[in-house]
Amino acid sequence: MEKREVIMDHYNNPRNRRRIYDSNYVVENTRNSSCIDNLDVYVKVQNSIIEDVAFDGEACAISISSASIMTSNLKGKTIDEAIEYINNMEAMLSDKEYAEDILDEAIVYEDTKNTSRKTCAWLPYAAVKKILENYK
Amino acid sequence: MNREDFPMLKQDIIYLDNGATSLKPQVVIDKMTEYYESYSANAHRGDYDISYKVDMEYENARDLVVEFINAKVKEEVVFTSGATESLNMIATGFFANLVEPGDEILITTTEHASNVLPWFRLVNDYGCTINFIPLDDNLHVTIDNVKKSITPRTKIIALAQVTNVIGDIRPIKEICKLAHENNIFVVVDGAQSVPHMKIDVQDLDVDFLAFSGHKMLGPTGIGVLYGKQELLENLEPVNLGGGMNESFDSPSEVYYVDLPTRLEAGTQNIAGVIGLGAAIEYIKKIGIDKIHEREIKLREYLIEKLVKIPHIDIINLEADSGIVAFNVDGIFSQDVAYYLNKYNICVRAGNHCAKLVKNATGVTNSLRVSLYFYNTESEIDELVELLSDKEKIVSEMI
Repeated sequence: MEKREVIMDHYNNPRNRRRIYDSNYVVENTRNSSCIDNLDVYVKVQNSIIEDVAFDGEACAISISSASIMTSNLKGKTIDEAIEYINNMEAMLSDKEYAEDILDEAIVYEDTKNTSRKTCAWLPYAAVKKILENYK
Repeated sequence: MNREDFPMLKQDIIYLDNGATSLKPQVVIDKMTEYYESYSANAHRGDYDISYKVDMEYENARDLVVEFINAKVKEEVVFTSGATESLNMIATGFFANLVEPGDEILITTTEHASNVLPWFRLVNDYGCTINFIPLDDNLHVTIDNVKKSITPRTKIIALAQVTNVIGDIRPIKEICKLAHENNIFVVVDGAQSVPHMKIDVQDLDVDFLAFSGHKMLGPTGIGVLYGKQELLENLEPVNLGGGMNESFDSPSEVYYVDLPTRLEAGTQNIAGVIGLGAAIEYIKKIGIDKIHEREIKLREYLIEKLVKIPHIDIINLEADSGIVAFNVDGIFSQDVAYYLNKYNICVRAGNHCAKLVKNATGVTNSLRVSLYFYNTESEIDELVELLSDKEKIVSEMI
């Protein structure tokens, strides 16, 4: 599939998009004040493994699809693996060196790195990064 | 009209974000460059020719503002960094010393952040109460609703004359009359009105008016605080320092100079002031009424076309300004803006700094087209054509 098709597929059929009312999940809100993207990200960690991760909220196509891809990729990862994945995403969007294979489908945002939309692609990651910092 | 005066318009862009900031005509740029190149001295300071010229140009710009808004005297016109600083000076420098716990401030949910947050501060720090004037079905402010919102504790009514998302013109003159009959002060945020329509502060009888230079063809970082002289006399300077003091010997012996310089501490944005003066001269030459007329005509032209597109929801069908807020059904506003950007069309998406608007419209974000006189029908045609094909938007928005 082309990058565009992957993004549109995740935007039109977002994975793991649901509101969660369960105290076993840590929730973190992430928003972009200038463009009103606003997502809640839910993470359930057990024995240092991300057992489940979901998101809900209102945002643009890039943010929604990025959250969908991110949640799909994070499930089952250890905290260390998850942090490595997130750091690689950050590196890619910042035009630094990164490991392509770790990013998996998230590689589709490579082209956003020099545009205003890179903050949209990064938005859901900011929330998970914040949550995982408490587990270090 | 007058497109040839704007260097930015030589680029291949369609600029429809004038509510955020306006483009600058060459005469404004030249006037500022001239200051930096040929008489770049400080104001109110030197005893030499070029410094004297700075004083002349600086005060000439003030005279131009005085005439433009029909202030009574130059003491009523203070230069600030913009409408935001002006509104904060009014709230913090004037009203913070005046309000008592329980005093009520009336605003609306369609105000810009800079006409909300300074008042929230009076609520949080001084025990005031904030109340919202209900809006009618068109999201407009009616004099009846203002009347109903006034209580014996109402002290301040703070309103944009034209709101930056809905674009409605508020009946400021009637509101001032009603307010003054009830000993209420009226603060007007003129950021979206002064650039686009004739403002006469004496006729309106506003107590305070704030506006920015950059939305009216002037430079960024310059704006105006207008206040009735007897009120400004009691506005505590937020900034103390050079230029605004007459003499000082000890903490108990500090003497300030008179208005308006008392409220302009430190070296001011001289190039900005002079540039704003040039912008006002330029607007005068075209005619503010003509500018307003042109914008209304452009808006009507745009609305007429947008209403025919089934997947477009217009938020502010009725408004006597150049502002049109809308959404493409089922598509996030930012995605549409990004799509339009691919065709070099600049529109704003989001909440437009008016984060309470959602309480009024039920819509959390939107696209906003804000027109100025230099926009054209053919630019609107191009915008409308791009918006009319929803499939194209979806396929090109990322």
